[in-house]
This record gives sequence, C-alpha cells and structure tokens, in this order.
Amino acid sequence: MIVTTEKLTKRYGDRAVVDEVSLSVRRGEVYGFLGPNGAGKTTTIRMLLGLVKPTSGTASVLGEAPGAPKALLRVGSLIEGPGFYPYLSGRDNLRVHAHRRGVGRTQVEAALEQVDLVAAAGEKFRRYSLGMKQRLGVAAALLGRPELLVLDEPTNGLDPAGMADMRDLVRALAAQGQTVLLSSHLLGEVEEICDRVGVIAQGRLVAESTVEQLRGDSVLLIRADPIEKAQVLIEGSTVHGDVLHVRETDAGALVRVLVAADVDVREVRPLRRTLEEVFFEMTGAA
Amino acid sequence: MGSVKAELLRLWKWPATWVLIGVWLVMTLTFGYVFNHLALNGGTNRADLSQQQLISSMQPENVGAAVVRGLPMFGGAIVLVLAALAVGSGYGWGTWKTTLTAGPRRVSAMAGTLGALGIIVLVLVGLTFVVDLGAAITVASLEGWDWSLPGLGVFKALGAAVLIAAMWTGFGVFLGVVTRGPALAVGLGLMWAIVTENLLRGVGSLLGPVESLTKVLPGGSAGNLAGAVGGAGAPGVLTDLSGTTAALFLVGYAVVFVGAATLLKVRRDLV
Repeated sequence: MIVTTEKLTKRYGDRAVVDEVSLSVRRGEVYGFLGPNGAGKTTTIRMLLGLVKPTSGTASVLGEAPGAPKALLRVGSLIEGPGFYPYLSGRDNLRVHAHRRGVGRTQVEAALEQVDLVAAAGEKFRRYSLGMKQRLGVAAALLGRPELLVLDEPTNGLDPAGMADMRDLVRALAAQGQTVLLSSHLLGEVEEICDRVGVIAQGRLVAESTVEQLRGDSVLLIRADPIEKAQVLIEGSTVHGDVLHVRETDAGALVRVLVAADVDVREVRPLRRTLEEVFFEMTGAA
Repeated sequence: MGSVKAELLRLWKWPATWVLIGVWLVMTLTFGYVFNHLALNGGTNRADLSQQQLISSMQPENVGAAVVRGLPMFGGAIVLVLAALAVGSGYGWGTWKTTLTAGPRRVSAMAGTLGALGIIVLVLVGLTFVVDLGAAITVASLEGWDWSLPGLGVFKALGAAVLIAAMWTGFGVFLGVVTRGPALAVGLGLMWAIVTENLLRGVGSLLGPVESLTKVLPGGSAGNLAGAVGGAGAPGVLTDLSGTTAALFLVGYAVVFVGAATLLKVRRDLV
C-alpha cells in the first residue's frame, strides 16, 4: 500500500469534516476519491500531505507520517487549483518549485514538455488560461519524478476540451505506472480513468472498491410476449412492469429457449447501473 | 539552502520588491539631500537646523547617519510593508500550500523566507548607502566643500541600519503570518509604525509610565539606536537610551517576532 488511513478524523468544533475514514491506495493504480462538494475530499488530502493535522486517527504515505519531508519529496500534488506567483512566468514558477524540491533545471524543461507548456513557459502566470494554470500545476507536481501523484479536482473550471486533455494526461501517466490519487466530484471522469474508487459523503467513506464492483452484477433485460410464459421458462427471472430481469448469462441460449417455446422476443439488452446511480444511492444514504 | 534560493528568486523578480526599494531610495534622497540642499541655498524656513547642521548632515563622511536616520519610522514602514506582503500574499495566491507540499519542513520553509528577506534588507541598506554617498559627493562637489570619505565608524551606522530594518522585517513577517493575508498585515503594520507609537508618545507627555514604555517599543528602540549612531534630525529618532540598550531591545523584538511567526507557521493548519 502506498497510502493508508485508519479512522482518520478531522473535527472543527462539533462538526466532523472527515469522520473515521479508512482507505488504502495501492502502488501503480489510479485511485478515484469520489464525493460531492464539501464531502471532505480536500480535507482528507490536506491531512495526507501534512497541511492539516488530524483530530484523531492515523495515516501513512509511502511509509511515512503525513507531511514528513521524506514522503513529500516522493509525492507530487495539486490541491484545489494551482498556487503560483502571478508575476512570475510559468518557467520561473517551476524553477522556484524545483529549488524547493532540490531538482535541476533539466527536469523543469521536461515537465513543461510533458504538459505541453513549452511555448507558453515564458509568459506570466497571471496571463495563463485556467487550463494552462492547471497544466502548470501538474507540471509542478511531476517535478522530482514522484512515486505518488495527488490531484485534487484537476479538471475544476476547465472547458470540455481542457477536461479531455487533463484526462488524457492522467491516463498517460497511469500507463507509465504512475500511482495517482485523483479526487473528483465528476463521476464520468472517475469511471473513465480510475482502477479503484473510494466514495466519501458527509465526511464518511461509504464504499471502496473497483468501479466494476461498485456497479454490481450486470442484469439482462428481456422484453417478451407473453411475459408470464417467459418468466416460467427462465429460471430466476423477475418481472419488472412489462419486462423481465435476469442475472446476466448467455443471452443467445436464453433467446433460443424462448423462441423454441413460441415466445416472441422483442428486446434483449444488458442493463447495468451507472456509477452515477450507485453514487447517488450511496451518498443519498450516507 | 534550496528554500532560500527559491524565495530569493521569487522576491528578486517581484516588482513590488523594487518598487518599495525605489520609493525608499527616492525618499532618502529627497528628504536627506534635495530638500536640505534647497534649504541651504535660499530656503526660507530652516526650522531649528543651523546652516552648519545642514552642511554636516550632507557631508560624505556622515553618510552613515544619513542611511540610518530615516529607518526608524518611514524606512522601517517600507521594509515592514515588503515583509508583510511577501509573507501575507502567499496565503491568497496559494503559494504557501505549494511550498509546504514541496518537501521542506515548515521551519526550513520559514527560514528560506526569512533568509531571502534578510538578503533583500542587506541589499536595501547597501543601495541606500551607495545612493546617499553619491548624493553627498555630488552636493559637496557642487558646493565646493572639502570632503572626505566616511571612516570605519560608518560600519557601526550601517550595522544599526541593518538591525533596525531586520526588526521591522520581523514585525512584517509576524503580521503576515498572524493575519494570513497582505491587506490587514500592511494596514496594521503601517498603523503601528507611523501612527500608534507617535500617539503613545503624545500620551507619554501626560503619563510618565507610558513615556517610559514608548522608549522601548519597536519604533522607540529603533529611534534610540539611530540616535545613538548619530542619525539625529529626522522623525522618530530619539536619544533616550544608550545604543547598546536599544540594540538589545531590537534584537529581542526581532527574535520574538520571528520566533512567534515560525511557531504559528509550524503549528497552524493551512486550510
């Protein structure tokens, strides 16, 4: 495990912003930290990076306590938007960051190249578009070739093209074996690029598993006439209005059975819950 | 060392650094030489400064006093603004968050900021010395005075100038960390440096204990140190304490401000 937390809690007064969260991120995976705005994602991440001290519970990042310099030097992060000096160019901002991380100039250029910002590297940060600012934030996170990349809402405020670029970038990093902890409230984003997901709502981790597991077993929807006869023929099926639901199996065999028994088959298709449906179920119940 | 390099790079390229240093240099030139030179050549209101005093204040050999003279109040206020902006702005820009997740310990990150600000203070005092010396030599040459370069005693005045500026820098850093923003830090700092201590001095003329207190407040201590190294004749310069006592108070203030700011930085959540 590259990140683990055990009953990690942060309280402000009586209010628990993060409430006994226990999660784990494995080496080499893209872990999606999913939750609505205000669910406690950023506070959890801030605790993992040592910016906020937990009220109780423990956490370990790369085997070290959160915020330990040894761990931070192996972690690249972008939290709630990039924080850079507006009067410096993108390149100078990275040079400042490189000094702090103890890395050389060559890595600055490599990082700029990786996020496709070389052409605009000489422009002042304040003149950057939101997408360029986010990309510079990712470039800063990549300095020092970190083992773990923590990206908190990296597509926030981006237009669709910018969001797609950012997803491509994360996908490319993941393909190189980079471990990524990606926090987001965008379900499609998480569904598309994450291996495993932790769902947080009102400060509590309500689920942690692969996207597939979260969505549960797939079901076949069958529209047939007469439906009563079809239900008798297909063992384990249930009637939902004018259709049958049956755990996904060999659809061809089912159709052959129904046709042979003189049942009209009008529609057969897999019925899968989307992550969105699962998410609303979970966060609504939290 | 990486933290100092990083902070120095960003402060060096920050226009605000050079605007504030430039404002200070213009002020020291204007009030230290331009107005005095005009007063010497036909000015009608010389206040209580005799002609000999005016000439003496502009002599190249007295340039050390000219450097330190303006720092207890106006120069100090400018240095305080620079430090408060340098530290306080990082909260709004989100750069503290970037800094503290980059790897260095919080103490090292603060040491980097303080080290870089220290270097900027040395540059400011050094530039003030060079500009004032240039102005003094120009005036002396224009007036046809016999003049000589300052002796080794100038280092005492420059040391005092550095100590005064360092104390105001510490105050600015402290305010920047406490208020977590530039605006309130600058406002409170200017209020203290220019208004509050002067008001207390006014009250001090009525109440003895307050008068004693004002001598050892940050601005009072700075004024007394400036006065002890010959920087008389400017607002805020006092001669109530010995140079050593005033210097000790300044060192104490600098340590308390920097220590408190670092402690807060280390212990407080960055939300």
